Amino acid sequence: MQAEVQSDVRKNPRRIAFILRRTSPYVKTQDDGRVMTYPTALSRFIIALEVAFVLLVWISLLANAPLEGMADPMHTPNPAKAPWYFLGLQELLHYFPPMVAGVLVPGLVVGALIVIPYFNINIEGESLWAKDRKRRLMIIGVALVLFCIFLLAFDVIVALVPTILIGGLMLWSARFSSESPRLFHRWLASKPLSFWIMSWFLIELTILTVVGTFFRGPGWSWVLPWQS
Amino acid sequence: MATTIKSGFERIRNTEVWRTIFRSGSGSSNLHRSQAVQQNIFLHLFSVKVRSRALEFSPTWYLGALTLSTFFILIATGILLMFYYHPSVPQAYADMKDLQFVVASGVFLRNLHRWSAHAMVFLVFAHMFKVFYRGAYRPPRQFNWVIGVFLLLITLLLSYTGYLLPWDQLAFWAVTVGSNIAKAVPLMGKQIRFLMLGGNEVNANALLRFYVLHCVILPLVAILLVGVHFWRIRKDGGLYVPEKKNL
Ligand code: HEM
Repeated sequence: MQAEVQSDVRKNPRRIAFILRRTSPYVKTQDDGRVMTYPTALSRFIIALEVAFVLLVWISLLANAPLEGMADPMHTPNPAKAPWYFLGLQELLHYFPPMVAGVLVPGLVVGALIVIPYFNINIEGESLWAKDRKRRLMIIGVALVLFCIFLLAFDVIVALVPTILIGGLMLWSARFSSESPRLFHRWLASKPLSFWIMSWFLIELTILTVVGTFFRGPGWSWVLPWQS
Repeated sequence: MATTIKSGFERIRNTEVWRTIFRSGSGSSNLHRSQAVQQNIFLHLFSVKVRSRALEFSPTWYLGALTLSTFFILIATGILLMFYYHPSVPQAYADMKDLQFVVASGVFLRNLHRWSAHAMVFLVFAHMFKVFYRGAYRPPRQFNWVIGVFLLLITLLLSYTGYLLPWDQLAFWAVTVGSNIAKAVPLMGKQIRFLMLGGNEVNANALLRFYVLHCVILPLVAILLVGVHFWRIRKDGGLYVPEKKNL
């Protein structure tokens, strides 16, 4: 078969696809088996809806939503807490000035989330240690130590512990490669930088929220949940 | 028994009235099933066929679908709650007491709305992390991820504005703590807080503003964005299912 290629691209547009490594999952998977949206996918969604509904009805029958006395600007409860999903931030407010904990940190988090898909390094998802291993180890090691000193200077022990754990795991993963015998080691070695940062964020978020919710009492002092 | 129900249902689907409502009419060929999606204003956001692997549990854990489910429950219970609620001081608090002691199943209604709200906040975070770890933000899905981030913010704002409405101590002080943070914004912190609360402290004006945001503006924005979110899933080639990797 002979395909004639004309020089006039306006009349005969040609489509050229550049498929770069790991950039276009769609191209790779488009020939998978397919099922009808109606009724297959729709009924799956309805099952999800029903599961959520049954569970929530059950919880609502067992536990009552809190209702305290009427709002009274003259009586500040101690501690006055934000809703649970903001308690991570409120915990940070305990260490840093409001400008940092209340404005800078959430602003940076939202900004960072938005730009994730626009950085090539996140798209290619290459292993952190694939290139320049020595140099990267140096930079990341130094950055980690500086960050830990910073947290220590502000006494933020709750944020320091997860940083050391995840940072330690990240540096440890540099010892392995895709040839390591253990599956877990190969898995660690394959992870890109974005994986480490996001996992650090996930763990910080969880720990700060749990501490703010359960371990903080009057004057934002440390309490144990089972003692109060 | 099952066949009787089935043929009865078929008969209903063949009536003229049914056919005027659902333009696709009866029949279970793939053509009819495609039309059931294409010719329905709500379903036509979705593609007619989906990859069967995308319906498995492991890629999504159904977290997006569960988030949407809680959102539906919240709309239904929220509308019912609006029938019993006045956004004024001190009537708002009295309405809470009425829900507790006077309205039939009022406590249950409030519970369901409250716990579903907590569940939605949790699920939306979980969905985000699941999408991230699956790498589903990569091209061509970048912008759907960005829409997602805005959905996360809207969800948090919905929950936060709703938190004030019972007008009890918990509500009042939680919102006071939150709005004090707004003051820390450089240069115009005070102004932002004033705009948010309609005054210099949490008072009746703030309650009214939060009510309008909670019951009208934010739900509308959320519904709009969810619509775009789903439409983008189809335009971006359906859900991303990673290739089966051999590590
Ligand atoms: C009100 C909030 C949200 C609702 C109702 C919602 C709903 C959904 C649903 C039903 C899906 C289909 C797949 C699945 O179930 O996981 C989906 C996919 C997706 N969501 Fe969300 N979502 C919300 C928020 C978010 C957030 C916060 C993000 C990320 C920041 C996000 C990013 C995405 C992306 C990128 C996809 C496409 C995934 C793929 O192609 O595999 N969504 N969403």
